[in-house]
This record gives sequence, structure tokens and C-alpha cells, in this order.
Amino acid sequence: MSTTTATASVSTSTGNSRALRYLLLVAVVVGVISMVRVLTGAHEITSSGSLRAALSATVPILMAALGGLWSERAGVVNIGLEGQMLLGTWGAAFGAYHLGPYQGILLGIAFGALGGLLHALATVTFGVDHIVSGVALNVIALGLTTFLAEAFFTNLNSQFGRGGPRQLTGLQNPDMITIPGISDAAVWLNNTHWFLLGDLGGLVAALTTRISVITVVAFALVVLTAWVLWRTTFGLRLRSCGENPQAAESLGVNVIRHKYAAVVASGAFAGLGGAYLALVSSPGFVVNQTGGRGYIGLAAMIFGNWRPAGVLMGSGLFGYTDSLRLRDPSTVHALLLLLAIGLGALAIMRVRKGQMRAGLIIGAFAALFVLWFALTDSVPREFTSMTPYVLTLLVLAFASQRLRMPKADGQIYRKGSAG
Amino acid sequence: MNPVALVRKLGQAVLAPAIALAVALLVTSLIIMMSGASVSDFLGVLLQAPSNRNWVNIINQASMLFLAALAASIGFRMNLFNIGVEGQYTLASYAAALVAGMALMPGKFNAVLAIIVAMAVGGIWAGIAGVLKVTRGVSEVISTIMLNAIAITMVGYLMNTYGSQYGQGRRTTPLSSDAMFAGWTPFESRDGALWTLALIAVVAGVVISYLINRTRFGFDLRATGMNEAAAVASGVNVKRMVVISMILSGAIAGLIWMPALFGSAGYYGPPFQRGLGFAGIAVALLGRNRPLGIAFGAALFAWLNEQANPLGLLAGISPSSVQITQGVVVLAVVIAYEVVRRWSAAREQKALRASLDAAAAAAKANQEVSA
Repeated sequence: MSTTTATASVSTSTGNSRALRYLLLVAVVVGVISMVRVLTGAHEITSSGSLRAALSATVPILMAALGGLWSERAGVVNIGLEGQMLLGTWGAAFGAYHLGPYQGILLGIAFGALGGLLHALATVTFGVDHIVSGVALNVIALGLTTFLAEAFFTNLNSQFGRGGPRQLTGLQNPDMITIPGISDAAVWLNNTHWFLLGDLGGLVAALTTRISVITVVAFALVVLTAWVLWRTTFGLRLRSCGENPQAAESLGVNVIRHKYAAVVASGAFAGLGGAYLALVSSPGFVVNQTGGRGYIGLAAMIFGNWRPAGVLMGSGLFGYTDSLRLRDPSTVHALLLLLAIGLGALAIMRVRKGQMRAGLIIGAFAALFVLWFALTDSVPREFTSMTPYVLTLLVLAFASQRLRMPKADGQIYRKGSAG
Repeated sequence: MNPVALVRKLGQAVLAPAIALAVALLVTSLIIMMSGASVSDFLGVLLQAPSNRNWVNIINQASMLFLAALAASIGFRMNLFNIGVEGQYTLASYAAALVAGMALMPGKFNAVLAIIVAMAVGGIWAGIAGVLKVTRGVSEVISTIMLNAIAITMVGYLMNTYGSQYGQGRRTTPLSSDAMFAGWTPFESRDGALWTLALIAVVAGVVISYLINRTRFGFDLRATGMNEAAAVASGVNVKRMVVISMILSGAIAGLIWMPALFGSAGYYGPPFQRGLGFAGIAVALLGRNRPLGIAFGAALFAWLNEQANPLGLLAGISPSSVQITQGVVVLAVVIAYEVVRRWSAAREQKALRASLDAAAAAAKANQEVSA
């Protein structure tokens, strides 16, 4: 009896200290960012405008990543996220023009879910390889949305939007929320550029000024996903299908049904991401609007180690770098210094752990970034857009030992195979 | 093999794609009907006899699609998903055009140099994914997708920085005219020429076919794809196989655009044709990763692409409608293969059980007789 209490108290205390460590880490990171901003004078790094742009770039990636999380937690790899997002963009534009912005969002979700259903049909019922089905789905979705756009949007022209063979712009957007007093105060605080307080102001301003209702919903969905998948019976069963479907089956879980639910939900999330692209973060629909965000979402999910909090972090990071494309090149230049400091810290950590070689290599990279920062004034725009991809490759290469994907992820399951 | 089994096997090989194509055309027709356009116009335009010019384009396109699919198929045969053909051939085409434009060699020898460069660059780029897989356990699906994006952005950067302004876009230094291949004009000259280097596709097809079906390497590759554990047990070095086949796949991918570079484009720039890598994956799946099947798949895709061009003009239908057909045909064909596979496995099991039962019954009868 006494031992159990002891272990329980030990585990809570380590839980607390871990949370404390994370908080400390976040504080240090924010402090360093703020310091770099003040030293380089690149106040755009955390201006409310930058953070707002980052926020709206994050949501589509986040939705795709959440979709990937649902599907892969049930053991189905969903490369078709890109296609499901595309279906979402078209559905949302069609719905927004003919019915209204919120109906548009719903129709985008429905179209994405339909793409998910097709993926589930191919992979779960027919046992087609998940990658093959996903690739085919992406081809179909691109062709279908291009075709449907030309067929249905070419002649549209009214107060609800202006169409063309490849786009539909001027659509009604979902509502924006501004919290009056806080927003103004935060913007003022941001403009003072004070150390730490300025950055805090930027963040609060971005969250309280003209923030779309759908953005709020998107972040709520992260919490909802975490709760459903980790705190409900349904979620436990769903995850068991991704870890060991045979064992789940032997315990009476209807594996097929759970996989279907997960993949359709996955498509619906991707569809919402697509709808967001067409109705919130850009002025309307264009053909092939996702531009690989489905794949970035997948990368963000892996980056986040198949967990909601990690997914949120990965999406935020990729969303921020995605939004940098539209920013002043000098801002990106200042971020080189930040990257160098980060790498330097990592190198010191490695050396202290006794891993001299790794530490020295990372340290050399840090030095290179310092040189790059010192010798140039700006970073080519292409390098910025390459960042998420390079980052993902590096994380996979150097941290893949710490990543743990669902055990039966990507495997084909047949009912009755528990034998 | 007895003739009945042969006929059945042939039937399966032809039937599944034929049904898939029919389903794909049906789905596309339904979608076109829903959009209010005429299905008979759509099918009429797609199935009309190609003009001389169309024939030339179909064959030229098919050669590039064939190479793309061949590249993807090498990985697929050992369950290695090289989604990165797109990035590999983009980077390789740029590098080859750059080197050929420098005119380091006399005349047509530039093509030899360019082909070597293209294969090397494509192979190295794919090899990164292979090495990451065997040393760090990174899934090649994700890494090749990332490498695609990196390659395409990098080429964009290099073109913007070092390419020379030409019209609306930028390009690499054009090849001198004596380095180009005039090709073969089967009809009149206004109908265009078949690219000389389209022959690369034939050569590559034969070489890869031999390599996979008739050599130790090919046997190991197929064995790894069918049952990795058994392959390891029989002494196959799977890690080495992964890296080599990724490099080989990338090297073939590097060849994809070479026919067009030396046949018509002459430089890397706006004439560069994107999307062949992704189309090649679809063609490889359609052709079941066999060179002959891929050849048919490439011809089908090239036909659909070329015949779809006048769809807008003649029938008022978006040419992108054939992309739906292409996507659905791939999905339908893999489903059809899987259904056929399960069906024949079930039949085999049944037949085996029947023969075992019969043998048991016979043994029992024998025992009774001897007793």
C-alpha cells in the first residue's frame, strides 16, 4: 500500500517538474527571441501583423496535421490529405457563393470527408496500399477541382463573388472578432517595442484583433481531438486499431468501423483546412490552392510525434515560416541569428552530455549561420519557403529515434486476421 | 504452363485494366453529365482519330511518361515508394541543361555528357532518401516529398539568380544548334518530329527489364519486395539494396526530360514540362510496375493528354476532365488487382482444401481396405 502511494507521489512530482521545465524552456526561448529582436531592430519578428499572418498560415497546416493524426492513430496513412484539402477549397467556394460563408465552410468539410470516405473505401475495405490510394486520390482531386471550377465558376458574377475558369474571388468571409479594449492596448504595447512586453503585446494583439471565428474553432478542435482520442473510450479503441488491430479485434472492437470513422474525420479536418484557405486566409478560391500544404501538414504531424500538442507546435512553426515569405527580407535575416543561437545552445547541450562529435558538428553549423548573418543583408525568398521542408528532413534525420509512430501504422488489416 | 492457365493469366492481366478504364470513363462521364455538358461530345473528341501531328506528340509524350514510370517502378518492385521522381528529374534536367549549354564537348557529344550529369544528379538526390532510410530510419515517402519541394524551390532560386532573362521567364544558356537532334519526321515537317532521344526510353526499358528479371540483383530486389524477412534470411543485404535501388530509380528519373531537351527545348526554362514525375507514379501503378504494362500505361496517358487538348474548343469541356479519368483509372486498377488477388487466393485455398480432403478420404479408404 505504502509503495503505491510513494510511486504515485513520485510520478506527480516528476510530472510537475517536467511541466515546470517546459515552462522554463518556453520562457527562455521567448526571452531569446525578444533579445534578438531588440538587438537587431527587426521588430517585425513579433509585430502583431507578422503574428496575425502566421496565425492564418498556421490554421490550414494545423487542420491537415490534425487530419493526419486522426487517420494515422487508427493505422491508416493518409497521403491524400492534399487532395482532400483541394476538395475542401472547391466545396467551400461553391457553398459560400450560393449559400453563405458558414454553409461554405460546412460544404468544404463535407467534400473533404467525401475524399476521406473514398480513401477509407480503398484502403480499409479493399486493402489497397495506403500510399498508392493517397497518390491516386491527389490526382483525382486536382483534376476534379480544376474541372469543376471551369464548369461551375466561369460564368459567375454577382455581389457574392466574381468567377473565372480558374478562380472565384470576392466571396463573403466568416465573421471576425475584435475584443475592443484589449486589442487597442495590446497594439500600443506592441508598438513600444519593449523587451518581452512588446512581444507579449504582439501576441495578444494578434489573438484579439480581427481574428476569424473559424480560427477559434480550429484551435478548439485541437483540444477536442486531444480529449476525444486520449480521454474517451472511443478514442482508446480508435488508437488501439492503430497500435494492434488484431488485439483490438480479439477484445471485440469493430476495427473496420473505427478505421472508417478515423479516415472520414481525417478528410473532414483536411476539408476544413481547404475551406479556411479559400474563405479566410486568402481572398477567394484558385485552382490548386493548397500548394503542398497537405504534405506540410503531414510533416508537422510527424514533427509533433503523433501527439496533439506536438502537432500544434509543428504547425505553428511551419505556419510562421510559411508566412515569412510575405515579410520584409531583413526580418528573415534577423532570424538567422536566432537560429544560430538555438543551434549553439543545442551544441552546448550535446557537449555537456559527452557527445563531443555531434556537439562539434552542430556547433560548426551555428558558426556558419553566424557568418551568414554577418556577411549578408538579406536572405533569398526561396530559402525561406524551403525552410519547413529542410527542417522536417533534419528533425527526421536527427530525432527519428525519439519519434514513435503508431505501431500498425500503414499496415493493411483484414477482418478475422487475428486467427 | 498449360494453355488454360495461360489464357486465364492473360485474361487477368488485360481484364483488370480494361475494367478499370471503363469504370474511369464512366465516372468521368457521370461528372461531365452533372456539369451539364455532353458526354457523347466528350467521348467523341477523346476517341477521334488523331491527326499526324497528334500522333507525333503522343509518341514523344509517351517516351517521357515511360521513363518516369520506369523510375518509380524500380522502387515499387521492392516496396520502396520513391514519390520524389518529380524533384529528381527537375533538378537533373536543370543540371543537364546547364552543363549542355556550356558546350564543353564538341557537338552532339554534349548529349552524352548531359545524360551522365542528369543520371548522376537524379541518382544522388534520390540516394539522399535511401541513405536517410537505412542509416536513420526515415520513411522514404516523407523524405522524398520533402526533397521534391526542396529541389523545385532550389531550381527556382538558381534560375532567378543565374538564369538569363528571356521573354516572360528565365532560361539557361541555350544549346548550340549542332548539339540538338533533328529527330525523325514521319509525316510532313509541319507535323513535327519524333525525338531522337525518345530511344532512351526503349533502351532503358530493355536494360531495366533485363536487370530485374535476369540478374542476381534483380532477383534480390524482387525477393526483398515480396518478403523482406525471407530475403534477409537468404543473405540479401537489404540496406545496400535500398540505397542502390533508390539511386538507380533516381538515375532513370534524371533521363525523363532529356528527349525534349535535345529534341525541341534546347534550354531549361518555360518549356520545361512539370508534373511528369507524379504522372509517372500513376502510370507505374497502372502498368503493375512491369515495363510492358508501363509502356501501355504511358501510351494511354499520352493519348488522353493529347486528345484532351481540343476538348475546350470542340466540346466546351475543360481538358482537365481527363485528369479525373487518369486518377480514377489508377485507383480502380489497384482495387481490381487486389480483388482479383483475394479472389484467386480464396479459390486456391478452396482447391487445396478439397484436394487435402480427397487425399484424407483416400487414405482412410486404403486403411479400411488393408484392415
